[in-house]
Amino acid sequence: MASTLLSLASATPSASLSFHEINKGKLNLGCINKEKPNPFIKAKSFGRVSMVVASNVSHFEGITMAPPDPILGVSEAFKADDHELKLNLGVGAYRTEELQPYVLDVVKKADKLLLEKGENLEYLPIEGLAAFNKVTAELLFGADNPVIKQQRVATVQGLSGTGSLRLAAALIERYFPGAKVLISSPTWGNHKNIFNDARVPWSEYRYYDPKTVGLDFEGMIADIKAAPEGSFILLHGCAHNPTGIDPTPEQWGVIADVIQEKNHIPFFDIAYQGFASGSLDTDAASVRMFVARGMEVIAAQSYSKNLGLYAERIGAINVVCSSPEAAARVKSQLKRIARPMYSNPPVHGARIVANIVGDSALFKEWNAEMEMMAGRIKNVRHKLFDSLSSKDKSGKDWSFVLKQIGMFSFTGLNKAQCDNMTNKWHVYMTKDGRISLAGLSLAKCEYLADAIIDSYHNVS
Amino acid sequence: MEDEPHHCFSFLPTFLPLHILIYTPNPVLPEHSRTKSAAVFFHILTMIISRFLRRGILTSTSPTRRRSWWDHVTPALKDPINAVTDAFLADPCPYKINLGVGAYRDDKGKPVVLQRVREAEGKIGATNFLESTSTAISSKLVEESAKLIYREDSDVIKERRFIGIPALSGTSACCIFAEFQKRFYPDSTIYFPDPTWSSHRNIWGDAHVPGRTFHYYHPDSKGLNFVALIDDVKNAPDGSFFLLHPCAHNPTGVDPTDEQWREISSLFKVKNHFPFFDVAYQGFASGDVERDAQAIRIFLEDGHSIGCAQSFAKNLGLYGHRVGCLSILYNDKIQAVVIKSQLKQISNTMYGSPPIHSISLVSKILSNPNIKALWLKEVKVMATRIQIMRATLREALERLRSPLNWQHITNQVRMFCFSGLTPAEVDQLAKEFRIYMTHDGRISMAGVTTKNVDYVARAIHEVTASDRDTKILHNIGAYKVNTDICSTSLGTNKTRARGMNLAL
Repeated sequence: MASTLLSLASATPSASLSFHEINKGKLNLGCINKEKPNPFIKAKSFGRVSMVVASNVSHFEGITMAPPDPILGVSEAFKADDHELKLNLGVGAYRTEELQPYVLDVVKKADKLLLEKGENLEYLPIEGLAAFNKVTAELLFGADNPVIKQQRVATVQGLSGTGSLRLAAALIERYFPGAKVLISSPTWGNHKNIFNDARVPWSEYRYYDPKTVGLDFEGMIADIKAAPEGSFILLHGCAHNPTGIDPTPEQWGVIADVIQEKNHIPFFDIAYQGFASGSLDTDAASVRMFVARGMEVIAAQSYSKNLGLYAERIGAINVVCSSPEAAARVKSQLKRIARPMYSNPPVHGARIVANIVGDSALFKEWNAEMEMMAGRIKNVRHKLFDSLSSKDKSGKDWSFVLKQIGMFSFTGLNKAQCDNMTNKWHVYMTKDGRISLAGLSLAKCEYLADAIIDSYHNVS
Repeated sequence: MEDEPHHCFSFLPTFLPLHILIYTPNPVLPEHSRTKSAAVFFHILTMIISRFLRRGILTSTSPTRRRSWWDHVTPALKDPINAVTDAFLADPCPYKINLGVGAYRDDKGKPVVLQRVREAEGKIGATNFLESTSTAISSKLVEESAKLIYREDSDVIKERRFIGIPALSGTSACCIFAEFQKRFYPDSTIYFPDPTWSSHRNIWGDAHVPGRTFHYYHPDSKGLNFVALIDDVKNAPDGSFFLLHPCAHNPTGVDPTDEQWREISSLFKVKNHFPFFDVAYQGFASGDVERDAQAIRIFLEDGHSIGCAQSFAKNLGLYGHRVGCLSILYNDKIQAVVIKSQLKQISNTMYGSPPIHSISLVSKILSNPNIKALWLKEVKVMATRIQIMRATLREALERLRSPLNWQHITNQVRMFCFSGLTPAEVDQLAKEFRIYMTHDGRISMAGVTTKNVDYVARAIHEVTASDRDTKILHNIGAYKVNTDICSTSLGTNKTRARGMNLAL
């Protein structure tokens, strides 16, 4: 659904403007103002008696349209196109080689088991399913991690990555008023919306270098250093969305150094654990490195991609604290924030994840399926790189396709070139030059290579 | 993070106000000021000694205790309703009874999954959910929810004058509306009935919309304070936002009559107030979904464009699945698109969308007329059992020749009963009889069964039959007892956390 697309794929940042900002200077029909006459009430006089009669004007006359979702636009345009070679590279959901959606076998099995068990549908506690919270923290930090053993992690089940990020944002707003969150430029479109709606100020740190189609590491470090002490630095744990560009382990080390030096708090968004490299442990390396240094860390998880549970909305927010008492207090406040939002989280997705991760046979199967999915993406990257290198005689270095990781790839194409991709080649992608390799099959790699080469060289 | 040098008296500013709380003079006992000063001195001394001890222990057995980013985070107050459940769960007594949470139980005291839900779950399985079908299912849910609450043959439905989004049950429907209200009426307030569901305040509070109350419950008659209600509606500034419970008011179970609703509706028209209905019990109040929506139908007849938060937690037994609907009525089609875009934007930054599993279940059940009819029968069974329990409980209390009037048990409607028990009596019920309920005396009738109704009646009679007047005098003492019960039976988190704050 549209909202699923939005939560999966990166969007051109659309800052949500408040009603006031939009209507500065304009007559505000909505507000009841003592000085101005209320447009909803018309005073009618009947001789000496005046009666007030409500008019038919809606209470919500003054509401303006929210900005349209850029990803949805791409999908809609794709649907409307009936060209036989059309390709949808806007979608942020995994597709098979036949470009069909994929429900993991382990999920089907787990679902069947749940049906057979016939468990009741009672409310979960506010913090979510205990079995789920246990396995999700262990998955991220490692079951033997001291922070788990010492009970220093506050884990609360969240509504996928979005909901988990929102809980953390609300916690920041409440306990660190005025503190800023630094987000990468570019980043997943919904990040800015989440922090805006949670009333948390944010600014950007340099990340993508269009010249190298790689990481602007110096810029990133400089911007993190320049931020006021005690800022929250939002980091993508692996498979950066939308660029696909991840720091190397050495670079992660330097990032951790700077964050420690400036007394910042690292805030990880891990939406692709297992999906990036195919290994759950490898993809958690960055988070684990920070935690191993004794840092206090916030980490939001999502099972949308790696378990294909997009629509079930299952994730978690973890706050690693320096003591179990702090973790208990933080957990209680996360619960306090969640209760007025939705009372308690949904049970179905949590049970599926708990069943899969908690059962060694299913867990093994899951690992295998994840390797398969990540493997397909890697194969597609290779094929695309080979096609580009062999077809393009200009000597341009296309190796960034291989260096980048995860579902997405920043091609380095500008807006005009992206338009050419769509108009001439019927390749649908977002205007920032991002393609979703999940929507690409091996069979179509050569076609895509032709399109990219043409757009890059012949359009400016 | 560097270690800050610990100052042993740095805790004093936090500690001093606390010790004053502890040593509030007991209104019954005479004051002994010398004893009090001595107690204060020894208390301070104990704190200093234990602080040094704690510091010594920490440095010798654990790695350097670093300052945490979260040191200033205080433990949140326990949710009052969940606190009851926690206390109940922690009690090892085999004959304990939970009359706290408003979740339906059958006559064996077991949670119920509706037959229709089980069947629908079997059909859904792990289907391939394409984004497009997900959108279709969401729209179906909104449509069916609207038909249920506004009535299928109403003008609102025929002309499609509603816009809605699926929500995570009633809570999130209210939450999204609160944010929406704040966004477009930043200076507005919301009027709640007094009393109302405990979460309402926090929902609008977290959206930074101040809450006010209007008179609702009359503690003497244990019924509706209609005259004061009308007065409050009249005196509120024109165009105010009101939250209304259309049936089975939570927590009192007291509902206005149809005539009273009509009067409220026409007054709302004159004042141009915005009515927002929190519909958590449609079908559960009378057993009839149409009857329970009567208040809303009355408002629609008067031409109000209302807002509605619907929950399928109780009437479809989908508590843990978190599914409901937020709908808003509009006047013109352009507005519809605009409102929907804003609602979607708000929900997208909170949770995206409710789980597809939940939405599919509801959509499947409501959209098939045969299945829907069978569902309505199941709802009637649940509502009837509760009605029978109400009558049985009242009879049992009257048979015990209770001196108090228990008419309100059957006068009030359905899931809850506002018993009129004082906090002290509620505590006594928990301590002596292992019967748990919220401190406002709200009994969840769903927790009463044919097996335990006599015991519950005897227990209530026992705590209320003794002299009530002396108990009210000791209310302050009773509240202190409450917190002690909570701290000891719910674990030491609270006391430990308090200790943590003082150690800073």
